[in-house]
Amino acid sequence: MACSVLLSGAVSGGPEDIPPPKGVYSEDTLCVEPVEVMRRQHFDYILDHRDRTVVEGIRTKQYSLIGCIDCHITPNAQGEYARYSQDTHFCASCHLFTAVNIDCFQCHADRPEEAIRKAQEPDVKAQQSVPELHETLQFSTITFDR
Amino acid sequence: MSTEPVMRYTLDITEDISVERRNFTQGIAALAGLTLAPGVFLYCAAEAKPDDQAVSSQQRWGMLVNTNNCQEDCDACVSACNEENGLWSLGRPATDAQWIRKLNVKDRQTGHVTSMPMMCQHCEHPPCVDVCPTGASFRRVDGIVLVNKHTCIGCRYCMMACPYKARSFIHEPLQDQLPHSPRGKGCVESCTLCVHKVDRGDNNTACAEACAKEGHQALLFGDLNDPESEISKRLEQFGGTQIRADLGLNTGVRYQGI
Repeated sequence: MACSVLLSGAVSGGPEDIPPPKGVYSEDTLCVEPVEVMRRQHFDYILDHRDRTVVEGIRTKQYSLIGCIDCHITPNAQGEYARYSQDTHFCASCHLFTAVNIDCFQCHADRPEEAIRKAQEPDVKAQQSVPELHETLQFSTITFDR
Repeated sequence: MSTEPVMRYTLDITEDISVERRNFTQGIAALAGLTLAPGVFLYCAAEAKPDDQAVSSQQRWGMLVNTNNCQEDCDACVSACNEENGLWSLGRPATDAQWIRKLNVKDRQTGHVTSMPMMCQHCEHPPCVDVCPTGASFRRVDGIVLVNKHTCIGCRYCMMACPYKARSFIHEPLQDQLPHSPRGKGCVESCTLCVHKVDRGDNNTACAEACAKEGHQALLFGDLNDPESEISKRLEQFGGTQIRADLGLNTGVRYQGI
């Protein structure tokens, strides 16, 4: 229940600290599938799509992880993109609550490319206080007090 | 029980390489002959495939390196690769990933220095694929040799098998990977022939683009199966050497001037 509150919140602009997605997918659905289906089955779609992409070179956008991230991870009012290690990240918000431990983002980008390129600019990089990844990947070090 | 210690990929050594290469060239010549009318070929220039279509073995992507154009003091291809694929250095060169590197080879007799980039040679018979225990190392049907990092267990057998030392192992957690180039600790990786660019129809790699931008034109990317492609034409006219051709791997990366 809390999970769906979180997700629906994220999709329709609920908790202010999770920025809303960029837009709606089509006239029929908010997301690439009806929201109820995505809540239960998004991982099936992603899993199926990843093998098609890697092995067969099929690059459709509908179930692509890059597509998810591009739409769902948007900057907050301060122009900052949430990282997966933060509870304001769309994916992390629910995974943390439900104690789901995924390793997608150990390799995959957790933010759109423009955010990552920006983070690599020397002056931005110097100001960042990004904790070492081996710390942030340990969920025990993250406080989740919602 | 036979205990013959023959590894699978070494079996190809028995093939007569010169015959294989002659067949390859003849194959291209034969394909070029498939004309419907003068100037009309059955094979068309490579176009961007639709996103929902799987890659096909009608293409075989490859690269031609003209070492005569490659400059000793230039590493534009390496920088471009790092930038394109987000290979940010961790400040430890011994373990930093290296998808392409520059080699300068000096002939002691003549003093002539040959400069060339070295990367995954995208073999037709890749030793890395032969030895991979999980099937993570694979050759895509269009000739690009890749690591499926979802199945890679990081055993590094492929690194030992590769005659070109083309692969890198990621020892540490990474950050800020680019969306089109997912990479992380515990997996082996190597040149993907800019597979994300190939799939979106760029028909070029970051290294070749950078080389052309520098005005050196030492790298040419293209479809080895298309007799009308620039790379096929040049290979047919001038030939191209495989590094370690004795292994019979039929590499997709060919060199001129070595």
